[in-house]
Amino acid sequence: MKEAFKKIRRQKNLMVGGIIALLVVAMAVFSPWLAPFHPIDHADLMHSEEPPNRTYLFGTDNQGRDILSRVIYGSRVSLSVGLVSQGLNSLIGIMLGLTAGFIGKRWDDFVMALTNILLSIPSLVFALAIMAVLGPGLINIFLALGFTNWAYSCRITRSQVLFARSLDYVMAARALGYGQVRIMFTQILPNIVGPILVVATLGVAGAILIEAALSFLGLGVQPPTPSWGGMLSQAREQLFTAPWISIFPGLAIFVTVLGLNLLGDGLRDILDPHTTRQRR
Amino acid sequence: MRGVPVSKMLRFALRRILQFIPTILAITLILFLLLNILPGDAALVAGGAQDKGVDPRYLEEMKKLWGLDQPLHMRYLTYLKNLAQGDLGLSYLRREKVSTLIASRLWPTLKLALVAMLIAVGIGIPLGFFSALRQGSWLDTFSMVGAVSGVSIPQFWLGLLLMFFFAVKLPLFPTSGYGDGAVKHILLPAFTLGVGYMALLARTTRAAVVEILSTDYIRTARAKGLSELLINRKHVFRNALILVLTTAGLQFGSLMGHTVVVEKLFSWPGIGSLMVDSIFMRDIPITQGCVLLLILVFLLVNLAVDLLYAVIDPRVEYR
Repeated sequence: MKEAFKKIRRQKNLMVGGIIALLVVAMAVFSPWLAPFHPIDHADLMHSEEPPNRTYLFGTDNQGRDILSRVIYGSRVSLSVGLVSQGLNSLIGIMLGLTAGFIGKRWDDFVMALTNILLSIPSLVFALAIMAVLGPGLINIFLALGFTNWAYSCRITRSQVLFARSLDYVMAARALGYGQVRIMFTQILPNIVGPILVVATLGVAGAILIEAALSFLGLGVQPPTPSWGGMLSQAREQLFTAPWISIFPGLAIFVTVLGLNLLGDGLRDILDPHTTRQRR
Repeated sequence: MRGVPVSKMLRFALRRILQFIPTILAITLILFLLLNILPGDAALVAGGAQDKGVDPRYLEEMKKLWGLDQPLHMRYLTYLKNLAQGDLGLSYLRREKVSTLIASRLWPTLKLALVAMLIAVGIGIPLGFFSALRQGSWLDTFSMVGAVSGVSIPQFWLGLLLMFFFAVKLPLFPTSGYGDGAVKHILLPAFTLGVGYMALLARTTRAAVVEILSTDYIRTARAKGLSELLINRKHVFRNALILVLTTAGLQFGSLMGHTVVVEKLFSWPGIGSLMVDSIFMRDIPITQGCVLLLILVFLLVNLAVDLLYAVIDPRVEYR
């Protein structure tokens, strides 16, 4: 009875998370149709710093731009950073993890040492250091986040490979005379997609949070491009006079990341019942 | 310590500290390469002007002063040699020793991180523990919803909200700044910094306790007729703590990283705000020093956790 209850509650995570994630994707894809105003060009100076009202549902900022429209367009930055950088991380992590688990020996030692070093550098600090060198901008964020957070993907891939190697289906493939590379990609990889997907989902959430922090510090996407973190950075100065400018972009980040984390947790319960590891 | 000879403990500690050295070396190399590989306009920054009107002879002088005329590997070796002596180099713009600059910022950052950690541990662990004991109760639901929210909330936004409600609307605390170092100045930033960590600890503690409650030795203890209180205190809490401690150590880095954002938001005069300022001024020696220091604190905490682990858990072998 307790077990059944648990299952239902967990699937609720998956449902809620999935719906939020879909809504954010829809928001990013259909921004031009959803946003009531242009996020940059519509600067209604006569109505700057207006609290939420009928024309401007979320109010306006200090340049009279519609906050709702900017929040809607801001999803594009967050989502693209999350997907592109985590895509790179997954790719690097899977490649290194597969080869480390499969080849073993020195290469494995090297990859594991590299992974441990990477894990000892806080991801936000690492991203900041890279942004310090590259300078602000969207492409640079992809790079700063896409090459620094593959450690979890790599670890989980490697451990799954080590586990899968001894299983019957790999033995069978070997007996059939399949080559190493073929076994790696056609036999093992499809069987370990679940855990990798879980790590990737949580990774997208993490990347969105770091991008927001970078943009908040002024090192991310540059104005006037609307990004949630960047909007908050400008909002801070008007916290006393126009607090609503601070509310909505932050809420957007919060709900998006929450949705992705719920989705990740839900996926983990379904796909990967053994691991209880968590990451931020 | 349970009768483990002190000399054995010391040897374990020493070995663990020695393992630390290659990691630090690798990190310094990565950071050095990352921050120094770009073409040397550093001398221009140091020269005080990015424009073309700077006397080339002056630039040469500047390059020499910062050792930028040397090949990269020589510069790294010099950097390492200086580092071993606690010398982090000279700031490009402020013409001050980076170590002096950092030293003056170290205490505020450590204080912030420590108070944040205390808040997180003090609330997160009990919350996780009692949630696990009363699975499915309102407390459990409340704290687990809180935990997933705490991990998902952007800290600077939470900080902004706290600032708005508890410093602007209800002027209980100052909006920002270090002040005279009094408690009321640190509470908002420390809470902001600690929330994510707290959420994580609550989740980890709950998961650990749930796992332990289903083990055989708890069943045995129950069968023996031990009181729930005794079981919880002697068996569950102690064993859960060992599991939680590892996560606490590993995730401490994330807390150190987020000091950067929280310090900037609350104008806290620590390493993090020094680092962000140095990035904008392209003062690479300072950036490098700050990054290294934040990582070092994280590694030291993990070292401490490992040693503590050995003290708490009698099963850990002093290999």
